[in-house]
Amino acid sequence: MRRRRLPRAGARGQGALGKGLLGIYLTALVLLPIAALLAKSSSGGTSAFWREISSPEALAAIKLTLAASAIVVVINAIFGTIIAWVLVRDDFPGKRVVNALIDLPFALPTIVAGLVLLALYGKGSPVGINVAFTRAAVGLALLFVTLPFVVRSVQPVLLELDFSMEEAAASLGARPLTVLRRIVLPSLLPAIISGVALSFARALGEFGSLVLITGNLPFKTEVGSVYIFGQIQNDSLPAAAAVSVALLVVALVVLGVLSFVSQRQSRHVL
Amino acid sequence: MRSIALGYLALLLLAPVAMIFYRTFEHGLTPVWNSVTAPNAQHAFWLSLEIVAIAVPLNTAFGVGMALLLERGRFWGKGLLGVLIDLPFAISPVVVGLALVLVYGRTGWFGNWLAGHGIQVIFSVPGMVLATAVVSLPFVARETIPVLRELGTDSEQAAETLGASAWQTFWRVTLPGIRWGVVYGVVLTTARALGEFGAVSIVSGRIEGQTQTLPLYVQDRFENFDSTGAYTAAVVLALLALATLLAMNLLTRHTRRRTPV
Repeated sequence: MRRRRLPRAGARGQGALGKGLLGIYLTALVLLPIAALLAKSSSGGTSAFWREISSPEALAAIKLTLAASAIVVVINAIFGTIIAWVLVRDDFPGKRVVNALIDLPFALPTIVAGLVLLALYGKGSPVGINVAFTRAAVGLALLFVTLPFVVRSVQPVLLELDFSMEEAAASLGARPLTVLRRIVLPSLLPAIISGVALSFARALGEFGSLVLITGNLPFKTEVGSVYIFGQIQNDSLPAAAAVSVALLVVALVVLGVLSFVSQRQSRHVL
Repeated sequence: MRSIALGYLALLLLAPVAMIFYRTFEHGLTPVWNSVTAPNAQHAFWLSLEIVAIAVPLNTAFGVGMALLLERGRFWGKGLLGVLIDLPFAISPVVVGLALVLVYGRTGWFGNWLAGHGIQVIFSVPGMVLATAVVSLPFVARETIPVLRELGTDSEQAAETLGASAWQTFWRVTLPGIRWGVVYGVVLTTARALGEFGAVSIVSGRIEGQTQTLPLYVQDRFENFDSTGAYTAAVVLALLALATLLAMNLLTRHTRRRTPV
């Protein structure tokens, strides 16, 4: 279908005023702050930047962030796909409620997410599991806040997936596992990758859900965002800015790769 | 498969959320009532609403305007602009807070100028509104753009042919066509704005009874060993989140789009 453009989208005067306001708002909220962040992180030159992000505590925090995010997205890929599958192909009472609840981690304030996990899996846990102040707590909190990404990107693809391919494969003698591996998973893969990338970017910057449950112990449970927070409190803004830029670059690379992949697959998610 | 999926959801999601409701009410209603009516809790609640009431309308106007520009306009750098609007989703809230301090803080780019004019942004409400607006910036545009695309330009062109001004066309034709997308975006913006923690935590200075929003109050109560206070405030926020989910579900019937970020 051909898309036509309005010959005069917005009368000239109002249009210019509107665009000006949009520009000012975007500049004040996004452009200037990002520019200031980049300026601060590079104010001491490249060597200072490297020194800041390679200080032992910063490095430990960055490594933990990357490792925890990587582990979390693998678990998300597996369980997210299973959950999406059950929500699309299975039928059971209360399915609509379960489907609605998937989005709860997006709606729930992150500090509440941390407190909620602490109430069940912290000190005095009724089920006898106490992960508070351990690295397991980092993983648990990240799993909670990133839960919806893979489910929500796989679900629509699974809904559109044609049953007849699977039936044809089965009628030709393919076993269920073969059908899954050769037919279903390849068509879901772009959606899974997209969900994984979004989860990863989110996990890299997560803060609110981690502050209560991880105890923010340097070299143990301190992730990048918590380290940045600590540096701001200590008034070491260059250190905070350097680690911020490092995490931001990783997140942008991940999302950039994602948009490249999804463009090639011509299936837009972002 | 079903038991794996449901078991995982129960352990990660349902049981913890149910637990917080139990913990809140385990000592009866009196301590809960006392926590709800504590002056600092009340102040935090109303401050949160105040910030939402300023940031959400601003972001809604911005989001709709930007969606129109990106979907109907034709200019150089459009792709880049689209990326720029989504940027707040790629940035940690803590980094958003830091970036705002670097521009509007005492030692920031505009620090001297603002101080000279007697304007305090950081460690006061304007900064908190800014931080909230940044982290919830992309939702409205994101939800409006696909609806706008689907709507097409036929009826807008018809209106124009019939002599409607651009302003009339927008209010009478475009906006009614995209309203569910906009409303959906507003719901997501509101939920995010109410719950924002990291960015607001940095720019607010967390002054009790002054610059403490409800999420900040949860942390403050918890760290001061007032668990009932923390759980009660958390339950209030959780109930607002559940209301958001309900609204989202009612709205998806209109928009038939699934939730993005």
